[in-house]
Order: sequence, then structure tokens, then C-alpha cells
Amino acid sequence: MVVRITVNGRPEALDLDVRTTLLAAIRDHLRLTGTKEGCDRGECGACTILVDGRPALACLMLAVAVDGQVVTTIEGLAQNGVLHAVQQAFVDHDALQCGFCTPGQIMSSVACIEAGHAGSPAEIREWMSGNLCRCAAYPQIVAAVASVAASGR
Amino acid sequence: MTAYTRRDFFKVTAVAGGGLVLTVSLSGCRPKPGAAPSADSPIDPAVFIRINPDNTVVITIAKSEMGQGVRTSLAMLVAEELEADWNQVRTEQASFALKYGEMGTGGSSSVLSNWKRLREAGAALKGMVVAAAAKDWGVDPKDCRAENSFVTHPASNRRTPYGALAEKAAALPLPSRVTLKPKAEWKLLGKDRTGVDVADIIHGKAVYGLDVKIPGMLYAAIERTSVFGGTVKSVDSAKALAVPGVKQVVEIQALGDGINVHAGVAVVATNTWAALEGRRLLAIEWDGGARATESSESYQAFMTAAVGRAGDETVNKQGDPDAVLAKATKVVSSTFETPFLSHATMEPMNCTASVTGDQVEVWSPTQFPDWGAQSLAKALKTDLKNVQVHVTLMGGGFGRRINPDFTVEAALLSQKIQQPVKVVWTREDDLRHDFYRPCSTHRIDASLGADGLPEAWRHRVSTPSIDVLYGPKPPNGWGPNETDGSANMSYRVPNRSCEYTLLDSGVPRGWWRAVSTTHGMFAVESMIDELAEAAGKDPYEYRLGLIDRVWWQQPPDSKDFPFQPERLKGVLTMAADKAGWGKPLPAGHGMGISCGFDHLGYAAEVFEVSVINDRLRIHRVVVAADSGPVLNPVGARAQLEGGVIQGLSAAIKERITIAGGAVKERNFDGYSLLRINEAPAVVEVYFVETDTHPTGFGEPAVPPVAAGLANAIYRATGKRVRRLPIGLRMA
Repeated sequence: MVVRITVNGRPEALDLDVRTTLLAAIRDHLRLTGTKEGCDRGECGACTILVDGRPALACLMLAVAVDGQVVTTIEGLAQNGVLHAVQQAFVDHDALQCGFCTPGQIMSSVACIEAGHAGSPAEIREWMSGNLCRCAAYPQIVAAVASVAASGR
Repeated sequence: MTAYTRRDFFKVTAVAGGGLVLTVSLSGCRPKPGAAPSADSPIDPAVFIRINPDNTVVITIAKSEMGQGVRTSLAMLVAEELEADWNQVRTEQASFALKYGEMGTGGSSSVLSNWKRLREAGAALKGMVVAAAAKDWGVDPKDCRAENSFVTHPASNRRTPYGALAEKAAALPLPSRVTLKPKAEWKLLGKDRTGVDVADIIHGKAVYGLDVKIPGMLYAAIERTSVFGGTVKSVDSAKALAVPGVKQVVEIQALGDGINVHAGVAVVATNTWAALEGRRLLAIEWDGGARATESSESYQAFMTAAVGRAGDETVNKQGDPDAVLAKATKVVSSTFETPFLSHATMEPMNCTASVTGDQVEVWSPTQFPDWGAQSLAKALKTDLKNVQVHVTLMGGGFGRRINPDFTVEAALLSQKIQQPVKVVWTREDDLRHDFYRPCSTHRIDASLGADGLPEAWRHRVSTPSIDVLYGPKPPNGWGPNETDGSANMSYRVPNRSCEYTLLDSGVPRGWWRAVSTTHGMFAVESMIDELAEAAGKDPYEYRLGLIDRVWWQQPPDSKDFPFQPERLKGVLTMAADKAGWGKPLPAGHGMGISCGFDHLGYAAEVFEVSVINDRLRIHRVVVAADSGPVLNPVGARAQLEGGVIQGLSAAIKERITIAGGAVKERNFDGYSLLRINEAPAVVEVYFVETDTHPTGFGEPAVPPVAAGLANAIYRATGKRVRRLPIGLRMA
């Protein structure tokens, strides 16, 4: 069936098998490979995106379930060449190593701050606990999120 | 500091478009201790530096980037001596070619093996652009300066970009000698540099293996034998072939020969979903083979028995520990157990391959493109010159991507279907077909003299051997590599021995970050704590007093990089001081200490933990490390923090369980990694920068972790932890 989604501000109409996951639609059909697949069962958070501004695990959702909704991926975060404050904070705090989990970490961070759950390092750690980082850039990720929350951007 | 270049060492050529290429011999390259087999063909090893007319400098990186920052630090070595403008420096990933020499990335060895030659290359090239400018201007090169990718002549106020000089420089003879900058004159090195790939990563543009797409590419999922060593008896693929998009079902034969491809059945489709759905619908009858009854329990029973008797191999022996122990009045005996571990890189294995006739081309997230290429040539029965291996960025490595299995498997499939194909591994595939850090059991019997110092130390180790899978038995046995961190422990004991007994196991083994020291040091650093306690001594002071030269060290490290006891004492003291060792702590809290020498780096760590209502919390970790001068501090800190937290993850949560000859865990629910809310809130990193040849930071912080944590738990609870993983619940 045809699924209509607005992805990073662009309306898309995708003719998909109804069983296609949102992750496959994004990565394979739209070729937006910034969103990563790490476990395919919601354990690692590498596929985190925003659906209507709220964080979602793209591997656990069917594409048809977001018909008519607005999806933001890592590729859509920077505006007019200007990095989102969270992207900039990840650079400034060196909050990544191999970078494979980073798009998911950044999307979760954006959502964590938006939802007002970045009030303290302990709160950030709880709200970011769905995103695994095997390289363990955890201390820097907390620092990056805290810096954006503190700056009120 | 002066270094001499040799004519056969550097070679300069002009390239089309006015650039200049400097070729640097990699003859100084040292293989990774205990590493994969290297090329047996003659090698003309080289790396390339290119100066473009637009004044950018492109540095080819012949090592693999997996998050350790190698592209950044190697480029910094060149740029420092070249006096290049860092903002104009670009890096390029080398595909496999014999001219690069040893491309394998592992063993914390990339800086070690490039430190001298890449700086010499930068300095030589700088000398040539300066000479070219001086010739142009008719001035003495000594009156010219190189700065930020420009040559200047201050006296006449002239200034030319490197890019405009490259072509002329290429025609000049190589400098016969170069002078390397002393540390005090460094502009780039020693200061924080953001990784060269960070901009692509945060935009989601970085291309990992999983993101590769080539024209006409199909997708495949392979159902591999879950029982290690199993084979396919029969397969009914009717239902799989009925899935829309599924093109073909192809059997994959097992392949040993150090390559270790599993027997399996591949479903090839036009998209990943169809390949996975088709795979789910396969009906395969397996022959489990000879290993089908092996289990974690059977392994443990063997190892427990093995360390209760004399080992099959005596790895080393000094004095007569058996006799001293037999007569001793104060004996401490402890047994330590560790499980198999998975690398669990965030990006699962994958490889894209295109085989046409005898031409083989792969895009692989591999740490060892050279071993990969040799294995491809061997497995696909073609000449090495027909093999191309493109190295992608990789989502973590930690040693898993040393092995060529996933690269060869994809190429074998492409050869069979004569079409380009990407083999996608799910998390389940990845966790269940890893090359695991071996399980182990250690028993140490030690006796103390009247002064409380150890008189005898007999260390018995039983593990499967990694090397068994990759080559013939070395003349000195399987034991030496498996007892790294055990047999070569650095405490002074007059009578000591290390014995090893091989556990025969069908579980594939490989090199997991820091390798054998991860279990050896758990035993040694736990035991030394127990001895300090038995002697009524402070565990920090006790260690400091016993650290001594290592009388038994394995080649090749021993020759060029002998263990230096004062450096281990240095980091130990630094960690204890910074942590406030001995300060009063709240009830339920405890501090533990540990230290070690691994991959030519020295690390000491102090852990502050609490166990309250049986819940383990890690409040603070202090790590002090000495791998010589720090080239990119932000990168080095990341490696140490990451090493500590990965070590904690393993010590607290990770365990691969074998049942019926197969791995039980399937995904991150069963094989759980430490999460951000479970990781220590504070990891403090301190450097002791001994002025010497730098080595690496990737591994040395990992081995001391488990023991340091266990020692802290003991201080908090009075309970010794001798079996890993510990768990977050200490019931």
C-alpha cells in the first residue's frame, strides 16, 4: 500500500508491503542510512527517530503506522546548514567514538531535552538509558545533553 | 631530535594535476603480539601523503577506523612535522594493497608502529617544499620557514602555499636527513583535536559497512549452524522461495583453514526484509557434529579439574613453588572463573561482495583487510592481485573484525550467484557467531613468609586456546599467549610458576579488547589483594612494594619495549593519590585498587562502589595511564574511559552461555551491556607522560577493571567475588 509520510520536511509517498518496518522504509526505501539498525528489537536505541516530535524506535514500528505523520531523522536535524544544538554539543563534548549509535543518541537527546527530562545528570542518565553505546562514550553524552539543557537552547 | 631518512625509505613522485606524492616505507612495522597471521608474500609497504594544488593535504590512512580515532592521530603525526594547516588536512581510507604493508589494526599498535615514520615523512616533505620555495626565490632554505601550509621568507616578506610548490618539490632530491620537532615545539600533537569523521557522523552521512550500496546489489541472510561445527543435512527451501523478492537459496559449506566460515544456508533476495523472511521459512535439517553435547557446565567441570592438578604445560617456573607450598604454614588458595564474552559491536557484522570471474571486490568493515584479502584469494582460489578489499568505517571493532570470516563468506556467496550481494547479519547472528573471548578458570596457590611477603605463587590456568583455530602449535606450546597477564605478572615472588591446560572446545575464539589479560589480571590482581589482606597490609602499599622487573616476558615486546616497573609504580601512585586512597568512606562504600601492564601500556585504577540493599553502584573510577606522550588527549581519554566502562560491562553483566554446543543468548536482552544509567557517573582520567616512544591507549585500561571492582566490593561488603559476571544484584 502507499504510505504518506513527511520525512525531514519532505512529503514522501512510498509503495510498501504492509509488513515493512519504519526502519526499513527509512534506510532501504528512502536511502536515509543515518538511522542505524543495531538489534531490530528495541534493545539498543540505534534506530531512534522522532515521530511528530516524540522519540520512537523505528525497528519496532511498521511504516503504515505512521501514515500521515511527520518523521525526523538525523539527516533532518540541522537547519540551513546550522547544526542543531545537540549535534553541536556532541561535537564540543566529543560524545562519540565509533559513531554508529550516535544518530540514535542524538535523537534521544533531543527528545529528552524537549520533554524536560534533562534537569540533572541523574535524570539524563535515566532517560537516555534506552540507547546503548558499546564504545561507552557515556560520560561525554551526559555532559553534552546537560550542556544543551543548561543553555536553554 | 634528529632522524635520518634513507633513499630506499622515501620515494617522491609527481602526480597528474601538479600534486606530489611521498611514499614511506613501513619497514618499522611490528606485528600485533599474538595477532593474526600476516602476509607471506614479499611486501613493498608504503603510505601516501598528497599535497594538492588547492593547498589541501591528503593523508592516506592504511589502518582501520573503528572509533579509536586512528585516522585523526595518524594524520596529526604527519601534519605536525609537515607544518600543515590542520583545517586543510584531509584523510583518505586506504583499500587493501600490498604496498601498505601491515594494515591490520589491533593490539593498540597503530601509533606505536607509525610514530617515527609518519613524522619523518612529514618532516621530509616539509624540507622539500621549503627547498622548492627557496630555489624559486633564490634564497637559502635556512632563511625560510614552513607554517600553516605556507612557506615564508620573512626577510623579503614572501609567502607561497604548499600547493603551488608541490610540483617543483617533487623534482627535487629527498632530504638526506630530517630533524624532528621536540615535544616543546608541538603545535598539533598534545592538544585536543576533534575526530576527522565526527562531522559526517553527526549528520548521519558516515558510511559504515551496513550502509554500503553498489549497483545491482542483492541482499542475503544466512542461517548458520547454531551448533559450532555442525553441517547441513538437508534443506527444504520451497516456502522461502515463495516469499516475494526471494531470488535464490544457496548452501554455504563450512570452511576452516583459519578463516572459519560456518556451514549454512543463504537466502538471497532483492531486499533485506525478504531475505530475512525467507530465511525464517527455511526448513533445515542439521547434523550437529562432534561438538553438540558441549556446554558451559562441561567446560567448567573440565577447567575446575584441570586447575586442581599440575598443568599440561609449564609456561614458566622459577625456584620451587611446589616444595615451598608443601611446607608453608600460611597458604592462600583461590579460584577465579570467567565466561566467554562477545564483542557485541554496535554495528553487526556484514559485508558487500562482488565477484565476477576471478575478480573479487569487497566492501568490508574489517580491521584486517590484508588478512581478509589473503583469505579471499585462498578461499575463492584466485590470485591476490585479483582481490580488492575496500575498508569501510566500522561501528566498533574490539577485535571481532580481525577475523576474515564475514568477508570471505559474502564473497563465496557472490561467487556462487555471480552477482553483487550484501550479507546482512542480525544481532542474533552476530551474538551467536562471534569469535569469543575464551572462558577461563584460574587457581592461584600462594604462601607468605613471616614478613607477610609472598614466598611462593603457583598459578594454574585452563582456557581454550585462541591460536588453535589459526595455526599449528607453537614450539613453546599454547600456554604463553593464553597466560599473558598471568605468567608475566610483575610482582616479586622468589618461587613461582604458571601452568596451562588446554580446554578443547568447539566455540570459536578470538581477540577481545586486550585479549588474555582480561581474565589473567582478574586473577592476579584479585589474588594480590587477598595476600595483602592475609599479611595485614594495605593493598596499595603492598603492590607498590612488590612491583618488580618482569623476569619472563614474551617476544616481541620484550626486546624493544621491556616492562619498566617504575612506570607501573608511577600510575599506581597517581591513581591512589587522585582517588584519595585511604580516605574515610560512608557505610556500605568501599574502594578497590588494581594495576597492570598490557599492550605496552601501564594503567592503574581505583573504584569507589557501594553495595546497599544488595544493589551494586559504581560511584567513581579514577584511572591513571602511561603509554608515553599523549598525542590527542581527547582521544586518549575516550579510549581510557571506554576501556574502563567496557571492562565494567564485562565484569558486571556479560556472559555467553553454551548449551548443546551452541550459544544460548540471542540479543541484548540475554547478552546485556552496561547502560548509561548503570555506568559510573564519574570516570576521572590522568596521564603520566613518560618521555619515551608512545604506545597505545585502546587496551591497557581494560584488564585491571574486574579485579579493581571486585576488590572494592570486598571493601564494601566483606565478600570476595571470584566469579564473573558479578551482576548488579549482590544477593
